[in-house]
Amino acid sequence: MNWIGLYTIFKKEFERTWGVFMQAVLSPVISTVLYFVVFGTAIGSQIGSVGSVSYAQYIVPGLIMMALITNSMSASSSGIYFQKFIGTIIDVLSAPLSYIEIVTGYALAAMSRAIVIGMIIYVIAFLFTNISVAHPLFSLFFAILTSIAFALFGLTIGLWAKDFEQLAFVPTIILTPLSFLGGIFYSVDMLPPFWQNLTMFNPIFYMISGLRWGFFGEADVSPIIATASVLILLVVCAIILRWMFRTGYKIKS
Amino acid sequence: MQNHIIQVNELSKVYADGSQALTNINLTINKGEIFALLGPNGAGKTTLIGIICGIVSKSSGEVLVLGKDNVIDFRFTRSQIGLVPQELSLDIFLPVIKTLEYQRGFYGHKPNAALVEEVLKALSLWDKKNTPIKELSGGMKRRVLIGKALMNEPKILFLDEPSAGVDVELRHDMWEMVRTLRDRGTTIILTTHYIEEAEEMADRIGIIDKGKIALVDDKEKLMQKLGKKTLSLQLRDPLKEIPPLLAAFDLTIDKSRPHHILYTYDAQAAHTGITALLAAIKDANLTISDLDTTTSSLEEIFVSIIENSKNS
Repeated sequence: MNWIGLYTIFKKEFERTWGVFMQAVLSPVISTVLYFVVFGTAIGSQIGSVGSVSYAQYIVPGLIMMALITNSMSASSSGIYFQKFIGTIIDVLSAPLSYIEIVTGYALAAMSRAIVIGMIIYVIAFLFTNISVAHPLFSLFFAILTSIAFALFGLTIGLWAKDFEQLAFVPTIILTPLSFLGGIFYSVDMLPPFWQNLTMFNPIFYMISGLRWGFFGEADVSPIIATASVLILLVVCAIILRWMFRTGYKIKS
Repeated sequence: MQNHIIQVNELSKVYADGSQALTNINLTINKGEIFALLGPNGAGKTTLIGIICGIVSKSSGEVLVLGKDNVIDFRFTRSQIGLVPQELSLDIFLPVIKTLEYQRGFYGHKPNAALVEEVLKALSLWDKKNTPIKELSGGMKRRVLIGKALMNEPKILFLDEPSAGVDVELRHDMWEMVRTLRDRGTTIILTTHYIEEAEEMADRIGIIDKGKIALVDDKEKLMQKLGKKTLSLQLRDPLKEIPPLLAAFDLTIDKSRPHHILYTYDAQAAHTGITALLAAIKDANLTISDLDTTTSSLEEIFVSIIENSKNS
């Protein structure tokens, strides 16, 4: 293993985060905080509670999960796409680095950025709602695992995209709607049966549920099923990436 | 065998769009030499380098670097190689020094501040070390690329069109630097379509055209083998046509200068025919007022080879 090489990719990508701190960290934090200020504290006080937690607290894990997903994905997809766009991807392709080292370096950097954002959001949420975490270790594990899975997903998108249009397509057209419909703002049993069944096909639903279990010890699906669904996404993306690097599809001519 | 640092065997490349970039390339690079790969645009130079460096996939054939396959033993082969790509592809937001430090890291080497300083000084970039790359001129960016390629202390250095967009003075500095590297034992492979560059630098020259190696030879031998000399005779009186007495010689009248007749001969031949020509000129009662000889340049050799391969 080229550990120094892997670490260098991680370091370069993670340092990029601080170079664009406003855009990479501050802006997702602010937009997420606005959600729980408006929906949680303002509107939520009229709604009451979901299960045993107040509505303002109920939406926090879902909002954190949405931030983790979108930011780990955008960090890795834009990171690798930018390298491809300006041509510096040849620096890692011509270096003695295997696909595992390249992918791991990018994924860890994207995951770290997402976790930093998630932590900041959690701290702000704590100040607003006094929310506590029932299973902190599981929550952290689940947040890291999901961020890695979406970082890998982001890499496949970043490598596949041939222009900025395609790069923006997946997060805007697929990920954001799936997140909103994945139960950030409601429990699935509040929905009519048809929509309940449809939600079961939404992968994001399991991820939001997983983190919600970590926070409250209760959720729509069990933490085991949630973890399994994240692992499936992670493995599928890893296989696709392995294939892309093996064949050079969209990477090497 | 130990003398061969790179061996390319029956290498072919067909791009996804079906275009054949390389056809059965066989090429050997010797340890410690400066090898110039010449060819017109689109001949396959960059593709060949790309395959050796691992950034383009081959279709068939093999590349051995120090006897090891560059796909199977990619960690070993890539660690031996530094690449200066043709495109000025750099992360424009990064300062110069970071660019070099990251590059060294990618190759699995621990940071080496002394090496970075030495390389940046040699490239006259030391005072720009903290400048973001976007603020550098084209020639400076080219030098940053060279600096990057030296960060893994490569045994083999590829320079793909190193003097594209570099001014004359800088070009000479760069040549000097390349020679210094060679003197320290680095093998250099450069592609160029500036013939002057190959003529100035190379020990051996390969000519590639339409994805095939047209010729590989020592530069000196190539110049001797193919180099013709031209004797230019300035006559006192202009000529309309070659007099019958001189018809046996391969003479032409210089169209733009009717006082001059040109005699082309092979400088290596046992009989150049110059003595006989001069005697015949005397017999034809022509008076020579001046004479001059010129050696054909690599450029002329190159053009004639490319022309031949077009005709064949």
